[in-house]
Amino acid sequence: MGSQNAPGPASGLASGSGNGTAGPSVESAGLHVRRSGTHILRGLDFTIPPGRITGLLGPSGSGKTTLMRVLVGVQRISAGTVHVLGRPAGHPRLRHEVGYVAQSPSVYTDLSVESNVRYFGAMHGRNRSDAAEAIAAVGLEQLAGRKTGDLSGGEFSRVSLACALVSGPRLLILDEPTVGLDPVLRAELWDRFRVMADAGTTLLVSSHVMEEASHCASLLLLREGLLLAQLTPAELSRRGGSEDLERAFLNIIRSAKSGVAP
Amino acid sequence: MNFRMMLATAGRVLDQLRHDRRSIALILVVPALLLTAVYFLFENEALPAGVPRTFDRVGLMMLAIFPFVVMFLVTSITMLRERTSGTLERLLTTPIHKADLLFGYALAFSVMAALQSLVATAVAYWIFGLDIKGSPGLVVMVAVVNAVLGVALGLFCSAFARTEFQAVQFMPVVVVPQILLCGLFVARSRMNGFLEAVSSMLPLTFSVDALHEIAGNSTATAAMWQDVGVMASVVLTVLVLAALTLRRSTP
Repeated sequence: MGSQNAPGPASGLASGSGNGTAGPSVESAGLHVRRSGTHILRGLDFTIPPGRITGLLGPSGSGKTTLMRVLVGVQRISAGTVHVLGRPAGHPRLRHEVGYVAQSPSVYTDLSVESNVRYFGAMHGRNRSDAAEAIAAVGLEQLAGRKTGDLSGGEFSRVSLACALVSGPRLLILDEPTVGLDPVLRAELWDRFRVMADAGTTLLVSSHVMEEASHCASLLLLREGLLLAQLTPAELSRRGGSEDLERAFLNIIRSAKSGVAP
Repeated sequence: MNFRMMLATAGRVLDQLRHDRRSIALILVVPALLLTAVYFLFENEALPAGVPRTFDRVGLMMLAIFPFVVMFLVTSITMLRERTSGTLERLLTTPIHKADLLFGYALAFSVMAALQSLVATAVAYWIFGLDIKGSPGLVVMVAVVNAVLGVALGLFCSAFARTEFQAVQFMPVVVVPQILLCGLFVARSRMNGFLEAVSSMLPLTFSVDALHEIAGNSTATAAMWQDVGVMASVVLTVLVLAALTLRRSTP
């Protein structure tokens, strides 16, 4: 998508502090989230570098989705601070600049692919050709006129992705985008993410499949609401003592457990 | 509030409806069929000279009540789907203003309501010779205001339902009392004091009152505009309440 980096008409003015290369895209300090008595995130400190793919990895229930919802601004925080592109998470100005794809595809099943993408594009002042570009980016050109509800699972989730791409966000937050996709499509999507990152978009991608970690420049390892480590895939295999990232992750979990006094 | 986002939303809601041909057919045809039933129900009534037909009274009120009921149902289900499918949460992460969303809904469904009442009013006038003094245009206007009232209440009530089954159950709670007490079955002046007081607080009562004014006068009266004004302010109040049920973030 050519228009990726061009700041939207509203974002060019006061975004100096959070602008691309200047500082980290996300800065979190002492982030806690409690929901109805459950302590979901328990004091997270981390930064997400701009213009790169950061992987958010951890077993189910580790708090990945909650953390992503915090960054998008739909989950309130109980304590700590989170800054996204230089502003507090959930700031109205961020709605133009942060794209979010939830785990379950949130699109209108009774509309065509094109109508869905054009509608979400309209929220950002994007036009028909931006929508066509976003649809092409996820490889659904042939199906643009089809009703979304009639598509297969993998096609369906790509419609949801296109609805986020259409706004050309500076920060794109993707919750398990590759679940249910075949290996060919998964590889294509990761290529697409890399192209976007090279063009300056910051991506945060969650996954519970450790192989996918190798596609990321930086990894956040989450477990039971705690940040186990922030490292590169190479550091992960070194610290976990295995080339197999899944095994390395398990090793780090085990050593973290034994390191904590009972 | 952003006019373009509101129009995009109205367009999207109509687009969703367009894919559902059966619902469109039901919305447009059912009121006309029910009016037909009412006409034949009172076909053989014996009337003293000069007394208006029951159809002229009941049929007229039904023209206003249909869009209210239908739009309440359609809106509460559509909005509930929007809440449960995650599209509402997603929309609220975009720059859309809550008012754009709600007024977009109200606009889309009032277009449908206008079509519905045009069909029903045309049938009442041309096929069954509905006999009132006022203009049919005013009848359609009251019907559209009623439809928007149904939309506003539907948007609001959808916040209190978790499933479509629950959403439908709000109809006996919200819609039926208004139909019972609006003056359709028993004139308000013949109700006991309590029911009359309740009746005078329900918005549908004002639209039935407005229709009486239209039926009895060849030009629009001040009392009719007052009724319509009350309806409009109720609609705005309910839309504001509905906006309060839309939360951008969860605690």
